[in-house]
Amino acid sequence: MTGKQSARGFIDMQWEVVIGLEIHAQLACKSKIFSGASTAYGALPNTQACAVDLGLPGVLPVLNRQAVVMAAKFGLAVGATVARRSVFARKNYFYPDLPKGYQISQYELPIVEHGSLEIELEDGGSKTIGITRAHLEEDAGKSLHEDFHGMTGIDLNRAGTPLLEIVSEPDMRSAREAVAYMKKIHALVRYLEICDGNMQEGSFRCDANVSVRPKGESAFGTRTEIKNLNSFRFVERAIEYEVERQIHLIESGGEVVQETRLYDADKGETRSMRSKEEAMDYRYFPDPDLLPLELDEAFIESVRQTLPELPDAKKARFMSEFGLSAYDAGVLTASRELADYYETVVATVGGEPKLCANWVMGELLGAVNKAGLELPQCPVNAHQLGGLILRIVDNTISGKIAKAVFEAMWAGEGEADAIIEAKGLKQVTDSAAIEKIIDQVLADNPRQLEQYRAGKDKLFGFFVGQVMKATQGKANPQQVNQILRQKLQG
Amino acid sequence: MSLEKDDVEKIAHLARLSIDDADVPGYVENLSNILRLVEQMAGVDTDDVVPMAHPIEASQRLREDEVTEVDQRERFQRLAPAVENGLYLVPKVIE
Repeated sequence: MTGKQSARGFIDMQWEVVIGLEIHAQLACKSKIFSGASTAYGALPNTQACAVDLGLPGVLPVLNRQAVVMAAKFGLAVGATVARRSVFARKNYFYPDLPKGYQISQYELPIVEHGSLEIELEDGGSKTIGITRAHLEEDAGKSLHEDFHGMTGIDLNRAGTPLLEIVSEPDMRSAREAVAYMKKIHALVRYLEICDGNMQEGSFRCDANVSVRPKGESAFGTRTEIKNLNSFRFVERAIEYEVERQIHLIESGGEVVQETRLYDADKGETRSMRSKEEAMDYRYFPDPDLLPLELDEAFIESVRQTLPELPDAKKARFMSEFGLSAYDAGVLTASRELADYYETVVATVGGEPKLCANWVMGELLGAVNKAGLELPQCPVNAHQLGGLILRIVDNTISGKIAKAVFEAMWAGEGEADAIIEAKGLKQVTDSAAIEKIIDQVLADNPRQLEQYRAGKDKLFGFFVGQVMKATQGKANPQQVNQILRQKLQG
Repeated sequence: MSLEKDDVEKIAHLARLSIDDADVPGYVENLSNILRLVEQMAGVDTDDVVPMAHPIEASQRLREDEVTEVDQRERFQRLAPAVENGLYLVPKVIE
């Protein structure tokens, strides 16, 4: 096997890829999971690491209610069981960025179990991915390996940050499916407002468990775990690389070793993390500092009441309520901000959902992407865009002029109406006026008129162009077409 | 069930405890005795008993999500053997 192409061929013909993901979503709490220290990103080292986070003797962790609410919210959103009773456990290992010598996590009795999520496949079909469990845990600190006189620097600001670890079943069969699932979870946690989804800052990252097996085989092959993937692109590339590596290894007579691997984004490959001499032996046991977490029906019901409309339901509603295509509805519900923006535009216009969709997906998203912005930073808000579209609907301006008005709005020149007024862009809808201009155009172009009447139909466009030019694009296009047609026939 | 010398050494290593070779036989004996006690208890029929996660019959209290801690870095870092630029320094631990 040499190139990528042949490797892909093998996957199709003989090998089945099996992938499970463990996603770590940082919960959008103000304070840590077991202490009152701030979780704000970017603070000076160790200024947000309190006695509890540092694991000083005599401290007691106290669980953050909001973290529990958020975990329950996620569980309900993926149709999972939210445990009436869950237990925190100590996962024991030594590393300097884990000052207690253990991470508080959940092991045998996690807060969320047995959920699932539907992903869309490239062929238009869909597939259900099982969610085994989701549990609450604390994040570790950060080790800085730059040279501090042969020492390692430790910043414990991140220690104790609340995480929800979402563990999938090994249900994915390609890197693409893994990415589709990860994107779906990403959109969901943002819809639920339980995680900001910021992958650069590490708020949303994943580990991928990857194995291959001959097609038709039911037993799993030996898996490797690729750690800390913090972009969708890296997930896809790392899995693809790892799949090829494993197949190549097996086909050349070797065996896959169960191990943890790191993805090197610069080299585009995964490599073994030098295995710690001990096989991981975490010796989990219930944390005696924390009592079992018990949630009653009333609590869970109160969380259920706060669930927003979820992406799939919203998409279905956009299709039925607004008559949008599956594609348009999918784009517009990709994030809650965008969906809210679109709905506000439609409400402002008071209808015309398709026209609004075209504007939001076309001009607006185009401008947002071109400027490299996120929607919340967009200089034209939904009411303003709605105000502009209203002027198309009521024939004050044409769609073409509207694009110029939009550009002016984007540049901060004001509201649509003010710009239309200031620049004199009002559409000419007075048919007598348009008629007059058309007469002038026909009089000025006798040769073209003759050719047109001799059968050169294509010249219709030429006349329209001349009229638009004469009116600086302000003549109502439908009226121009209609009147021009009459005149040309005459 | 009883432990071997290797088991005790592994447990000590996982806990980062340094123990004298001369003391190992004593630990083997003591820890094995504890396991025998556990074995004896395992003989009790507990089919109808829900395992408890904590000896106190109570459930976890929750705190509101509020920042209540102030920065005490200076104080905490006075306890550390080595600090620089606000970081705690530890022996190099690169993979």
